[in-house]
Amino acid sequence: MAVFGSGSSRIGGGRGPSFGVRFFCYAILSVVLMFYDRSGGWLDTARYGLQAAVYPLQLAVNSPSAAWRWLQESFATREALQKEVDTLRNQLRDQQLITMRQAALQTENATLRGLNGVLPEVIEKRLVGEVINVEVSALRQRLLVNRGGNSGVYRSQPVITGEGVIGQVFRIGPFSSEIILITDAEHALPVQVLRSGVRTIALGTGRSTALELPYVPQNYDVKVGDVLVTSGLGQVFPYGLPVARVTRVERDPAQPLAQIHAVPLAHVDSDREVLFIWERPGHPAAPATAEALAVTPPKTEATQPAAPKPKPKPATKPAAAKPADINPGTPGPEAASPATPNPEKPVPETPPPAAPDPGPSTTEAPAT
Amino acid sequence: MNMSRGEPRWAVSFTLLLGLIIQVLPLPDWITVVRPSFMALVVVYWSIYAPHAGGIFAPFLAGLALDVFKGNVLGQNALAAITVAYIAMSLHQRLRNQTLVQQSLFVFAVLTLNEFIVWGIEGWSGHSAPAPWRWIQPMVGAMLWPFVALLLGRTHSRS
Repeated sequence: MAVFGSGSSRIGGGRGPSFGVRFFCYAILSVVLMFYDRSGGWLDTARYGLQAAVYPLQLAVNSPSAAWRWLQESFATREALQKEVDTLRNQLRDQQLITMRQAALQTENATLRGLNGVLPEVIEKRLVGEVINVEVSALRQRLLVNRGGNSGVYRSQPVITGEGVIGQVFRIGPFSSEIILITDAEHALPVQVLRSGVRTIALGTGRSTALELPYVPQNYDVKVGDVLVTSGLGQVFPYGLPVARVTRVERDPAQPLAQIHAVPLAHVDSDREVLFIWERPGHPAAPATAEALAVTPPKTEATQPAAPKPKPKPATKPAAAKPADINPGTPGPEAASPATPNPEKPVPETPPPAAPDPGPSTTEAPAT
Repeated sequence: MNMSRGEPRWAVSFTLLLGLIIQVLPLPDWITVVRPSFMALVVVYWSIYAPHAGGIFAPFLAGLALDVFKGNVLGQNALAAITVAYIAMSLHQRLRNQTLVQQSLFVFAVLTLNEFIVWGIEGWSGHSAPAPWRWIQPMVGAMLWPFVALLLGRTHSRS
């Protein structure tokens, strides 16, 4: 450090460039850095290394609170632990009741869709990460998690908790990754009302308990208490992960759009563990990929290289698919809504509030 | 390097790191909203009392580290830090003759400038959430200045 401190005793005098010149050079350098960082590119690689360099510091900074938590846990009383075990046991029982009929329902669903077999789960692989640092301010809602590129985590990977969607990977280092929460003011998430099928976009507000749905027309069917799930659009999240619950719907007759507020199901600021998920490529519920959406005339062959694993083989002619046909090769039919971390103001999506089915139907399929 | 006669280079590096850590330490919400930029305070101190130890380079590096740490646009805090350092360095002889309390006024001004630069760049780079509390932070920083300066004064021998 401090290589540039020259030996001259007076500011601006003596040998070497004066402070003014040096200040100017560094200022230019910062501005150049900012521009390049904004536009992405080679600085991303540099950042990957820098993330690794600051990781020990980040761990150190977090160590007091981690130590405090550890202390609290180690001195937890027997009663408290017993209580927790009871709660967990109850939860487990409830969950078991919910999932008891899942196998039967899946078979039933497959029959209804005219499939020969049951589709596998859309989530192929998962990875638990531990939250190192939480930053929840009005400006930024971010998490730092102890999994990074070395664990296979990639940029804009969906991140969930047991309750629902929490965010997506924003920046990765080798050992850590930064997650942008769905409540970050810069985050926009394509969602769907589970009950009525209305699709829209949930924007973060900068508060960790609030989401906004500003693009829903007045007459659309959204009620307080509705559960929002990811719609599978936007190329990031698979279809059907729970996101939030609607808490308030304001309909002002003078306005064209209703103001809808929702609260995230996941406790974005207090969860200590998160799950990175890998979705099965080509699964009907998987998010539409960019190349698939860019397909201009649908080709006749079974489509992408990253092609379907699910059991039902892709129909040889996706374009001619029958309505009930499922074609794992052709992903979500609609155009992509804004890929999330870019805060472009999204156009209100107004598909018919009818089909919660993400699979392509003939009405929405790209014209042949 | 070789001509540095007792320049507190280690103290500069160490205290800048410490300032950085204090600035990003996770604390309860009510503290974080009023927590001033400790790194800027340290930068101001060294710019006044040992302008040659760290020069412009040390504040630049520290600001850059803060950017990486907080995931900001690279160069945001670096620009703010070198601006603060430059102003303090150009006025350091006059400032040394003032009392710590008198210096607080100056500190308030440069911390506000620091905050203003960061705020402006945040706006430019797309973060634009209102955070009125941030304008309190320079004031808190100015109030803390005498204590910070006294503490930092112990790390080196004042000439």
